[in-house]
Amino acid sequence: MSTLKVPIGPEDHVQGGDDADCTLVEYGDYECPHCGYAYPIVKRLQRHLGKRLRFVFRNFPLSQMHPHAEAAAETADFAAAKGKFWEMHDLLFENQSRLSLALFEKLAQQLGLSSAELLEALNRKVYEARVRADFTGGVRSGVNGTPTFFINGQRHNGPFEYEDLLAAIESAGG
Amino acid sequence: MAAILTPGTLAPEFSLSVTPDQKLALRELRGNPVILAFYPADWSPVCGDQMALYNEVLPEFQKFHAELLGISVDGVWCHEAFAQNRKLRFPLLSDFEPKGAVARAYKAYREEDGICERALFVVDKDGVITWSYCSPIAVNPGADGILDALERLPKQE
Repeated sequence: MSTLKVPIGPEDHVQGGDDADCTLVEYGDYECPHCGYAYPIVKRLQRHLGKRLRFVFRNFPLSQMHPHAEAAAETADFAAAKGKFWEMHDLLFENQSRLSLALFEKLAQQLGLSSAELLEALNRKVYEARVRADFTGGVRSGVNGTPTFFINGQRHNGPFEYEDLLAAIESAGG
Repeated sequence: MAAILTPGTLAPEFSLSVTPDQKLALRELRGNPVILAFYPADWSPVCGDQMALYNEVLPEFQKFHAELLGISVDGVWCHEAFAQNRKLRFPLLSDFEPKGAVARAYKAYREEDGICERALFVVDKDGVITWSYCSPIAVNPGADGILDALERLPKQE
């Protein structure tokens, strides 16, 4: 049984409170079509469960296969430093089919962030180590592809349709 | 599932084609740990493909000076096309002729299907297997077991 090896910490991107009944962690890649598929499913779970669910997103870019995945992850972390992680996270998944540097700049502007500053952060790889730390922690926790979900620290194996995840969350006490 | 070779066993020696005109022998890698990843076939259709994952995890393996070798019964030209398509940065070896001979030596061959098991071995710098794991054929075993095994090896200088 694979378990989450890196506990939720201050570095994490979290929606929901510590007092939630259930914590759902996703290791995802902004360019992975399966993660794109899971994106509205997670939103629906959050709407349905409300405060009972805490959601954490961690980066797992398969960058050799997905040429924009690493830059997308770093773009989201750039936005996080400005308090706009979830806004950027949502925009990246909603525009998954047309990820590009030009799009990242546009999305930054859309969120009122400086695209020049974003480009510099990407060029200087300011957020690379942070993305890599997510990735490495995922590997050590048994993440073998994307998306991989952990429910209260236990890896969720098998399908991730809404019903599957909801049932797993409910049986975990959520 | 096959009962694959277990820790403590001397890793069977082999020399397999790594490109159309180049062979690689296990003994050439003595002195550093080696990860042998037997897998059923190139061109697995999924995103979270095992070899694609290892390609990303390569820097973690390199921290232990470990060399990763992928091994299947696919031919060299097939491996070459697959490696190019997936941008793989580690060698794929062809256990092609006699088919599956190396996988058999590691007891990681599926006679009924004519392919390798999804079997992992960590071999230490002296050529001894220190960890092995055979995954159900359809399940990507990930890299956590390999990294745990590498971490347990005595520190090298």
